[in-house]
Amino acid sequence: MPQSLFEKVWHAHTVKKLANGQTQLLIGTHLIHEVTSPQAFGMLRDLGLQVLMPHRTFATVDHIIPTNELVEPYQDPLAQAMMDEVRKNCAQFGITFFDRASGKQGIVHIVGPEQGITQPGTTIASGDSHPSPHGAFGAIAFGIGTSQVRDVLATQTMALGELKVRRIEVNGKLRPGVYAKDVILHLIRQLGVNGGTGYAYEYAGSTFDGFTMEERMTVCNMSIEGGARVGYVNPDETTFAYLKGRPYSPTGAAWDAAVTGWKSFASDAGCRYDDVVKINAADVAPSVTWGINPGQGITINENVPSPDTATSADDKAGIIEALAYMKLPAGKPIKGTKINVAFLGSCTNGRLSDFQEVAKYVKGRKVAPGVKAIAVPGSQIVALQCEKLGIDKVLAEAGFEWRAAGCSMCLAMNPDKLIGDQLCASSSNRNFKGRQGSTTGRTLLMSPVMVAAAAVTGAVADAREVFAVN
Amino acid sequence: MALAKITSVSGRAVNVPGNDIDTDRIIPARFMKCVTFDGLGEFLFYDVRKDTTTGNDTNHPLNDPRFKGATILLSGANFGCGSSREHAPQAIQKYGFKAVIAENFAEIFFGNSITLGMPLACAKREDIAKIAAAVEKNPATEVVIDVVKQEIRFSGQTVPAQIRDSARDALVNGRWDAIGELLDGVPAVTETAKKLPYLTAAST
Repeated sequence: MPQSLFEKVWHAHTVKKLANGQTQLLIGTHLIHEVTSPQAFGMLRDLGLQVLMPHRTFATVDHIIPTNELVEPYQDPLAQAMMDEVRKNCAQFGITFFDRASGKQGIVHIVGPEQGITQPGTTIASGDSHPSPHGAFGAIAFGIGTSQVRDVLATQTMALGELKVRRIEVNGKLRPGVYAKDVILHLIRQLGVNGGTGYAYEYAGSTFDGFTMEERMTVCNMSIEGGARVGYVNPDETTFAYLKGRPYSPTGAAWDAAVTGWKSFASDAGCRYDDVVKINAADVAPSVTWGINPGQGITINENVPSPDTATSADDKAGIIEALAYMKLPAGKPIKGTKINVAFLGSCTNGRLSDFQEVAKYVKGRKVAPGVKAIAVPGSQIVALQCEKLGIDKVLAEAGFEWRAAGCSMCLAMNPDKLIGDQLCASSSNRNFKGRQGSTTGRTLLMSPVMVAAAAVTGAVADAREVFAVN
Repeated sequence: MALAKITSVSGRAVNVPGNDIDTDRIIPARFMKCVTFDGLGEFLFYDVRKDTTTGNDTNHPLNDPRFKGATILLSGANFGCGSSREHAPQAIQKYGFKAVIAENFAEIFFGNSITLGMPLACAKREDIAKIAAAVEKNPATEVVIDVVKQEIRFSGQTVPAQIRDSARDALVNGRWDAIGELLDGVPAVTETAKKLPYLTAAST
């Protein structure tokens, strides 16, 4: 019987059925970081347990790491304590740690693909919300809590219920100035922030076939914002070309065998899906969020919704709450809204192509007076790639602060924070109240090029107009 | 490891209304700079419980003395959306809550909560409103979540609740923390791993 990639990977990694009907699922690759792992190692010690497969766990530091302070001890003693803890735990349990000194440190979901650790047909778990970009490779990647980090450390498995699969087909070519980020913001707006509950999302169609791995990662990344547990793209030649020659990719005869194996995991033609959604790429436009969840988005030329046009009582309450927090006038254009901060980076849009695309347009321009603009590469390797191409200089000349790798202002666990009710044009993935480090700070999610357009004009703008894209 | 069989939870309740209450709201990220979960309880809903400029308590329901000591949290749809941070259910539990009733819950939050032995019950909006009204009228109202029968009882009324089969089974049979069962499966894990080339290659 034809099967989807999800079903094949699930069955290949099923250890057994548990008494409550869930599955004990083998997790091939475990990615850990400093914020959600210390407590899990503490639980292991309390229970007297060991790490079952230390060679299948990889660690780095991303959440708390300062991006403008390279020397330890860090000024924040709590950040230093977490840093020390992950270092100690990795040493004690024999886990590979991509520390800053390794030159491979970065956001854990950027490091995995970069190292070739993320491979098709595998299962991945990480104590974080955003392992979904690994799905771009045809891996099934789960965001998990700390008790499950403990479970995976101790048993290389976790207890899970099987998911339904929704195929999301996007066909056609994106219009100029429209990016992968706009595709996922469009999808979340259409399907809702909890539309994906209980589902794995399979992204397919000619648009995805034509996407680079980095574009696929951007879309998969925000599956979770759409409520889905998992998002993936079937592996193809683009996937294999990306993986070839990476440090953890197989070589020689093992490479050929691996590619054959990877291909076999792709969804079979005619397999059953629990739901299918089709989108026309031409219908996607540059998007920006106006509210306090990622589903509250509009295209750049639309007006901010008004409670009067709400479709339901819930919708109305949601609009009223969001507008009160965002301090945006109802029914007015989002375009022209003054911004205070521009943030480029995160596991959604912190890769080479994101900075490359921005550099192409901001070259020779200046960040508007009064706007604080920061560019934070997703990993040390992304930083190095950018520096080799002179992208860091282009951005710095335009007025962006070029920082060291980390999660930074996506969730502001390090010193990069909004102040007061600053409004931030952000290439990150969440616009929740207080997300960027100030309890009254405001976030507008958009593509990196839209962030650049907002940075240079000082207000939310249509990047196509600002940069004469056509 | 013998775990408690959680067949019902009872206590006073407090209503924290609203849909899409996300994990950043439940526990702001800056409080996650910790190497243990101890002490997270005091930061539950911190940024909506404290006035950002004065630092004084707001009129958030958790600050209302009438609801002090409540052990059941009531809320709206898509509760716990956002992050995978277990800090969120940990903060709720460490604050003193034993269960949450909402219209529905975000996926990862749901799993994280059950693993802590904290039942999450889904109920219809109008039924949650009835419970909230009863509690508002008399904060001492005893609310009982019957995990086995999947119902909620309060002030002589009974409304249906839903707790997903696997979670209900895990709670009532005292296997909500899967670690014991997963450890029992380790020999089978090794066998399954042998069939997966990327694992055998990496271990040699």
